Amino acid sequence: MPAATPVPAAIASQSITLTINGQPQQLDVQPWTVLLDLLRNELDLTGTKKGCDHGQCGACTVLVDGNRVNSCLLLAVMQDGREITTIEGLATGGVIHPLQEAFIEHDAFQCGYCTPGQICSGVGLIREGHAKTADDVRELMSGNLCRCGCYPNIVKAVDDVRISEGDPK
Amino acid sequence: MRAFSYTRADSVGAAVQEAAGNASIGDASPLTKFIGGGTNLIDLMKADVLRPHKLIDLTRLPLKEIVERPDGGLRLGALVTNADTAYDKRVAARYPLLARAILAGASAQLRNVATDGGNLLQRTRCYYFYDTATACNKRQPGSGCDAIEGINRIHAVLGTSEQCIATHPSDMCVALAALAATVNVTGAEGDRQIAFKDFHRLPGETPDLDTNLKADEVITSIDLPAEGFANNFTYLKIRDRASYAFALVSVAAALTLDGDTITDARLALGGVAHKPWRDEQAEQMLVGKPATVDTFKPVAAFVLRDAKGYEHNAFKITLAQRAISKALSQAAGLESV
Ligand SMILES: Cc1cc2nc3c(=O)[nH]c(=O)nc-3n(C[C@H](O)[C@H](O)[C@H](O)COP(=O)(O)OP(=O)(O)OC[C@H]3O[C@@H](n4cnc5c(N)ncnc54)[C@H](O)[C@@H]3O)c2cc1C
Ligand code: SF4
Ligand code: FES
Ligand code: FES
Repeated sequence: MPAATPVPAAIASQSITLTINGQPQQLDVQPWTVLLDLLRNELDLTGTKKGCDHGQCGACTVLVDGNRVNSCLLLAVMQDGREITTIEGLATGGVIHPLQEAFIEHDAFQCGYCTPGQICSGVGLIREGHAKTADDVRELMSGNLCRCGCYPNIVKAVDDVRISEGDPK
Repeated sequence: MRAFSYTRADSVGAAVQEAAGNASIGDASPLTKFIGGGTNLIDLMKADVLRPHKLIDLTRLPLKEIVERPDGGLRLGALVTNADTAYDKRVAARYPLLARAILAGASAQLRNVATDGGNLLQRTRCYYFYDTATACNKRQPGSGCDAIEGINRIHAVLGTSEQCIATHPSDMCVALAALAATVNVTGAEGDRQIAFKDFHRLPGETPDLDTNLKADEVITSIDLPAEGFANNFTYLKIRDRASYAFALVSVAAALTLDGDTITDARLALGGVAHKPWRDEQAEQMLVGKPATVDTFKPVAAFVLRDAKGYEHNAFKITLAQRAISKALSQAAGLESV
């Protein structure tokens, strides 16, 4: 498809502020940089994984203002002013998050590639408070694929923490 | 992704002004695009299907509320997320069909970002539309349609044309069609309201146009009429896996009943046409009849009366008929959901 008019020569990067894992940061980003690439390539936060790059697998799941989202489909520039939490930011004071603990306890991963996304998604799910049963957890975790097929143990881990943390809403 | 410039609109007026003149370029690949959640637009830009030079970010506009309307309905702001819509207590109680349809679509992560306005304007999932190495009249008008003789399992069986057999992929829109929603838009020439059945188009000779929205118009909100069919409804979605997959066929069915007699009916299908397929004639056939399988079966056959199957999707014709009967039975309470 030929472009109808030439692309403007130099497109300035834009200055934004993001709070990433509790640290406010001033960043210059190009408009076409997605949050996933910013985290991995520019901030060296490689815990967040790139699977499909098209919203189809959930490996890139992070929390934006507490909501789980696919970072591969989000423009970084549009997140200006928001709080981003990645897998690297879930531990507090050197103690891992209860859901990270539960993943270990339930053996909820094999290769581990989907795991950061699964855990961020699970944290978001528990915070949303819409899951009332293990079946609800299974349905509401469907945005995270696991090629190793660890689904039963992932559901157990998330459901355990959901029950023990109680429904926040 | 190709380079583009970015601006954040701080008012609807400013957004419209930024996009002024865009209308003449057409829908195939306009140079200026609005962005809501970006879950469809960014995907298509990564695939090089859409190549805008400028994005206008709508997400800071004050269109994020769901408000009561004087007529007893609800107004959904265009920038409310799909998740916030489905879980809104008023929507869940008064329009459970809409909530159910939204929650049947995409994933929790996507619904947290996707906006109600963007959902209406999501593009087809036709494989050829996404693959720039192939011929596609929707992507590049006049190039041909590789789906008609190609792999067309997910394609349309109703309202197709020689130019395009794509389907509209939205679940939410099937419910909005059944509920007879209204889309409120603002453009350079002012505000207008578009009835839901006139919002999306059939492909005809111009499959590059999915909707009747102009390229410089912003969707500001979606109005739901007072009647929400909250007692007798279902959204039945049939797909290749139990979750996180687009519909092969879906049915939004809603009834009002007086005893066993149907007094009002709504019926819309997803996954079968270039637009959510509401059949008002079929709805009329149901009114005054007893809510029984014997009533539903001929109506289901009627809805598919003009269906045309292609090499891999003819199964959808039978599937849709069975799905309609089942959905009406569920809505009538004859079958559990
Ligand atoms: C893996 C995957 C699975 C999915 N599964 C499903 C599914 O099963 N069912 C389903 O229904 N959907 C599904 N979706 C699609 C999803 O629902 C849409 O991508 C989403 O609703 C689009 O909303 P958005 O706000 O992100 O739109 P955007 O991507 O921001 O925009 C889409 C289009 O709308 C335009 N636009 C956005 N807002 C406005 C406005 N207010 N006024 C004018 N123009 C506007 C944009 O310019 C663009 O052309 C899936 C998506 C993915 C990636
Ligand atoms: S069906 Fe429509 S979208 Fe698909 S290749 Fe044909 S013209 Fe393109
Ligand atoms: S990498 Fe984002 S969903 Fe797969
Ligand atoms: S643990 Fe290997 S993909 Fe999930």
